[in-house]
Amino acid sequence: MSNSTAASKKSVLYDWLTTVDHKKIGIMYFFGGLFFFTIAGIEAMLMRIQLMFPEMGFVGEQTFNELLTMHGTTMLFLAAMPLFFAFMNFVVPLQIGARDVAFPFINSLGLWLFIFGGIILNISWMTGGGPDAGWTAYTPLSTTSGGHGVDYYVMGLQVAGAGTLMSAINFLVTIVNMRAPGMSMMRMPLFTWTTFVTSMLILFAFPALTIGLLLIMLDRIFGGAFFDVALGGNVVIYQHLFWIFGHPEVYILILPAFGIFSEVIPTFAKKRLFGYTAMVFATMIIGFLGFMVWAHHMFTVGMGPVANAIFAVATMAIAVPTGIKIFNWLLTLWGGRIKFTTANLFALAFIPSFVLGGVTGVQLAMSAADYQFHDTYFVVAHFHYVIIGGSVLGIFSATFYWWPKMFGYRLSETLGKWFFWLFLIGFHLTFFVQHFLGLMGMPRRVGSYLDGQGLNEMNFISSMGAFLMGFAFILLVINVLVSRKNTDNVQDPWDGRTLEWATTSPVQEYNFAQTPLVRDLDAFWYEKMEGDGRMKAAEPLDDIHMPNGSILPIFISLGFSILAFGVIYSQWWLMIVGGVFMFSMMFIRSIKEDHGYHIPVSEIKKEKGEG
Amino acid sequence: MENLSALDPRGPVAEMQLDLIMLSLYVMIFVIIVVFAIFTYVLVKFREKPGDTHIPKQVHGNRALEFIWTVIPIILLLILAVPNVMTQFTLADSGGADDDVDQELIDEDEEAEDVVRIEAHGHQFWWEFIYPDLDINAGQDMYIPTDTRVVVELEASDVIHSFWVPALAGKTDNVPGITNSLWLEAPEEGVYYGKCTELCGASHWLMDFKVLAVDPDTFDTWAENMAEPDEELTEPEGEVAVEGREVFENNCIQCHAVGDEGGPVGPNFTNFGERTVIAGFLDYNEENLVDWIRDPDSLKPDNEMPAFDENTISDDEMDALVEYVNELKVLE
Repeated sequence: MSNSTAASKKSVLYDWLTTVDHKKIGIMYFFGGLFFFTIAGIEAMLMRIQLMFPEMGFVGEQTFNELLTMHGTTMLFLAAMPLFFAFMNFVVPLQIGARDVAFPFINSLGLWLFIFGGIILNISWMTGGGPDAGWTAYTPLSTTSGGHGVDYYVMGLQVAGAGTLMSAINFLVTIVNMRAPGMSMMRMPLFTWTTFVTSMLILFAFPALTIGLLLIMLDRIFGGAFFDVALGGNVVIYQHLFWIFGHPEVYILILPAFGIFSEVIPTFAKKRLFGYTAMVFATMIIGFLGFMVWAHHMFTVGMGPVANAIFAVATMAIAVPTGIKIFNWLLTLWGGRIKFTTANLFALAFIPSFVLGGVTGVQLAMSAADYQFHDTYFVVAHFHYVIIGGSVLGIFSATFYWWPKMFGYRLSETLGKWFFWLFLIGFHLTFFVQHFLGLMGMPRRVGSYLDGQGLNEMNFISSMGAFLMGFAFILLVINVLVSRKNTDNVQDPWDGRTLEWATTSPVQEYNFAQTPLVRDLDAFWYEKMEGDGRMKAAEPLDDIHMPNGSILPIFISLGFSILAFGVIYSQWWLMIVGGVFMFSMMFIRSIKEDHGYHIPVSEIKKEKGEG
Repeated sequence: MENLSALDPRGPVAEMQLDLIMLSLYVMIFVIIVVFAIFTYVLVKFREKPGDTHIPKQVHGNRALEFIWTVIPIILLLILAVPNVMTQFTLADSGGADDDVDQELIDEDEEAEDVVRIEAHGHQFWWEFIYPDLDINAGQDMYIPTDTRVVVELEASDVIHSFWVPALAGKTDNVPGITNSLWLEAPEEGVYYGKCTELCGASHWLMDFKVLAVDPDTFDTWAENMAEPDEELTEPEGEVAVEGREVFENNCIQCHAVGDEGGPVGPNFTNFGERTVIAGFLDYNEENLVDWIRDPDSLKPDNEMPAFDENTISDDEMDALVEYVNELKVLE
């Protein structure tokens, strides 16, 4: 039997590279996501410089198409989703009173696949240009695009997507099997619920993307003809495949944010979430309807009036459960004692911002009117309102909310509020005017626009707003660096309601010395009100069994990436090398017996200050 | 004046669409006011006051309230859904090729005589307008008669494009291998700006075109001259222009047709002299035309037209060529 000091004998770097601890993996997801968020943000800045004045020659048309493709792809797959995965990984096991996720090894593999996939995608900048067919990669533009950009897009997303899919399965199994005694499904915190539904969406949506990308790969590299009209292909099939994935993806990005707001708002209103059951069912209905409406992205592709009408009405229906959620949040605030912390400011600003994005969503759902809206800046405004006004505000709210738990210090509230206001003003400045730009005739994905068409002023305003957002983001980075001294009051700084606040900050390796007993929704709050303010234990203090770390996830991801480069450059030998390497690593994983290790009671007592 | 705004409709289709947009806007403004009002009230009334340490009542929910905010949105959505579905079917009734039943109706219907049918082909990065019933092939400028129903059938030769004339009608995609259609009408004479709205490559943003609505008599003249240009119209006047035609025939005619002579690779030139822009976006003047011919790729990257340097077309020949194409007009 080894003990917890086994890991500390190795170097810190090796410890992080091999860790299977959900908390360290969460933190790596966070910084990985933040890194790609920065890259995609810089890409956005470059585009807004190009669009600041009409007929600017700042970047060429080709580069602009690469920038818009990489901005969208990076933001969705490599920034927003990993940032949510960071909080899911870190918080969900704590919220359900578990010691780790169900499959720690797979969790690590998911992380490294994401990181390698992101690196592959971005290497394209250095090897002759990024993908240029939009994040949607519509065929035949994507299948006929020159260079290797789209090949990088396809293989980068396949590698990262494999990681996403296994992480989702991991969350599902964890939430179903590893809840602490007393935590029934209907006592789960809302963030855990939305993680569960989000993982379900990933499980069913990502295979459609995998197939779509695979068909593009076969067409581009192996001379397939799925999307070659001259050989009997059909280009619209790709759009269906893409949006069967792509629309649920929208909810994959917003549901975790809904979960975050459902944690933050009750905490800072000091009130139980209003209509908990309705919130849970609204989440499930949104998830379900998310699969029923994909064709509303294709109203202009010529599906005919019957299909358009059906998908229009189905899409509008999603407004009902979303409305239920908005009113439940408002009623949670009603009668509460609202504290305006930075985390809560982000959550509160979400309500009006997201309503503005939601109402344009209903307008876009009107298929006959969508002939005017479609593929214009109106759509650009709409989806930035829901993604920034929803997902990104959610990510920032979660950052300020869970930071003390994750890192053991509190972010500065003063700097945080400066960041909040500048970011919020910049956001509305950037995107509100874009609604009008779209209706006044500006299509999306244009590398520039002509002078004298009435589009100049609003594009300039939009660019100014974007720079303000960029500047505000720098304040967050500064905040992270200068707040390290705020290490007091970090265990439960917000008077929290859920289990993650019942353990130490930063959280010890085994999360809870004794698995807690859950007696109600908002388990920790219940103990504060009805008990002695400490969680009751559901088990006697005993040795804790922990999994060993492993370097194999990095090697498996490396093998997959080598295989991906083989595909990108059509080199059979490289594909074989990568494939053999990957499968050998998986084989080693399968035959190697690893029983983990135990942390002895004496050490747990020492850490609790009782030994 | 040229018109490029969905908010300033100049035809029945764009008007119907703007009506829907405005209807949805009014309903949505109502929603926004309700939410913002509750939001503001809650934040002001229930903010934490200094010294306040009370624990709020832990409310679980309220059936009646939850019922109300489920039912009211459903009613609001019905107000939007019904007119939307009706308009959707009106717009789809174009008599286009994708709709067999209507096609037959139009063929048999006497009124069908009044419908102008145009095939709009999207190419990287220009538009070709074929009038199959009138035997016309026109490039970049789509002429239509006022007060007449125009059915536009949409085709694409390379990648997906999308046909959008905001002031007249919303967009529909040009998809390779599939023929879509839409209809539009322009009651007033005017020039309406059109754009490609589906990312189609490097010069996507420059893939503009124009719809010119002219009175029916002018349209008939245009159509006749486009289909079979009079000798008078095609014969160049003056020595320089004759020389220019020679230059054109040596260099350009493989791709650009005048009348029924010439290739179909690039836009048709029969009425080139009546364009107001070159390549869809450059102001029509001699300087721009020469710049374009000398180096099209720097102005519109990735387009198919080759560059003609001084060795291929000398400066004198270029002057003659410009003189010749300036004279290619069908409406005078």
